[in-house]
Amino acid sequence: MNLIHRKRIIPVLLIHKGGLVKSKKFKDYTYVGDPINAVRIFNEKEVDELVILDIEASKKKQAPQYETIAEITGEAFMPLAYGGGITALHQAEQLFYNGVEKIVLNTILHKKEGKQLVADVAAKYGAQSVIASIDVKYNMWGKAQVYAHTGEKVDEKDAIVFAKQIENSGAGELFLNVVNRDGMYSGYDLELLQKIAQSVKIPVVICGGAASKQDFAAAEENGASAMAAGSMFVFQRPNQAVLISYPKPEEIRKFNENL
Amino acid sequence: MITIINYGIGNLTSVKNMLKKAGAEEVIISNDAEEIAAADKLLLPGVGHFDYGMKKLHESGLIPLLEKRVLHDKVPILGICLGAQLMTLRSDEGADPGLGWVDAETVKFDSARMPENYKIPHMSWNYVKPQKQVSLFAHLPEASRFYFVHSYHLKMNNKADEWLTANYGYDFCAAYQKENIFACQFHPEKSHKLGMQLFKNFVAL
Repeated sequence: MNLIHRKRIIPVLLIHKGGLVKSKKFKDYTYVGDPINAVRIFNEKEVDELVILDIEASKKKQAPQYETIAEITGEAFMPLAYGGGITALHQAEQLFYNGVEKIVLNTILHKKEGKQLVADVAAKYGAQSVIASIDVKYNMWGKAQVYAHTGEKVDEKDAIVFAKQIENSGAGELFLNVVNRDGMYSGYDLELLQKIAQSVKIPVVICGGAASKQDFAAAEENGASAMAAGSMFVFQRPNQAVLISYPKPEEIRKFNENL
Repeated sequence: MITIINYGIGNLTSVKNMLKKAGAEEVIISNDAEEIAAADKLLLPGVGHFDYGMKKLHESGLIPLLEKRVLHDKVPILGICLGAQLMTLRSDEGADPGLGWVDAETVKFDSARMPENYKIPHMSWNYVKPQKQVSLFAHLPEASRFYFVHSYHLKMNNKADEWLTANYGYDFCAAYQKENIFACQFHPEKSHKLGMQLFKNFVAL
């Protein structure tokens, strides 16, 4: 048995109005339950890592809901990343104190103070504690463009150029989410993943479109350092009933050995 | 009583949560000299930059007391991640000297010795390999997997202190033990049942 480190498989949970939801193309939210209960189940399943995003906070200019987050971290005995509404260093500090390992920045990266915040958090807490998240959406002409988290277009920034810029500001990890594939079970955007993974030195987490373990394998082959998924871990196909699932450690190991 | 040293850095609450889950009856997060003096075990966590960590430790004014408790009273101490690195002599990450409680250094991952597709930080679940028998590893399977996230790693000058190694492109020191001083680069508090077992062993010391 060859025991080597393997790529992380990360469920992504979206919080909206205090409940857990799952989106399609960043819209059409389906309620999937209580966040704390979901974290408890994922904890039992010994997931590699969890990403929790409050998808409403930045839109509404709300600060992180520390009490809820502390309740979640109290149940999370795995690495936990939180994103949503973070605009200042003191908020990051509070989150780390509360047991969050990594903060996810997205909306703020599109503002002029964003790069400074990345640099400040990285200087104090290390680059590994900052995940820069970028949402990419293809326009009518098939060009990959970066969007702000609220889904509104900010500029014509090329995804690769933007990825390099945020790497330079000191982020430790890049979370690449492809809006067109969100909730669509269409497989990851491997072409974009490969281009971005080759352009930056930091680990790239791919998200959007995962439907099967084969998708994870394909992402690994195309340069992903971790594979994230939402729908696959909260819904049971084909009828989309809510069912929290995650591959068992031995399943993952077996799967890795067969690669 | 286990005192988690609060020097204003690190995921203190995660560590406390896991210690509680591992059955520790009394755990406090504190920067109070009396509560550190009264502890029968200490825990030095930490996430972040080496110099910032040392700066915060100096600012706390706790270093002489910690040295008394660790080096003189021989109270068991567990350093985690940056906490493990701060107890070494120095780090490539910073200019300030470390606590120097063990004859070890903290060095940057040498990308020249690693396959090209290995990214830094090393951020993954990885297996550890025991280099000697240490009580904190009791009841843990040989193929134990822990969560790592770091760009710098421990390097023991005295190999007798090396407790666990892991491989990321090359073998590096993942944990060390010298008398009452225990330290791991990985995060037991974020490593599910195996991390909990390691904490249980620490509680049982």
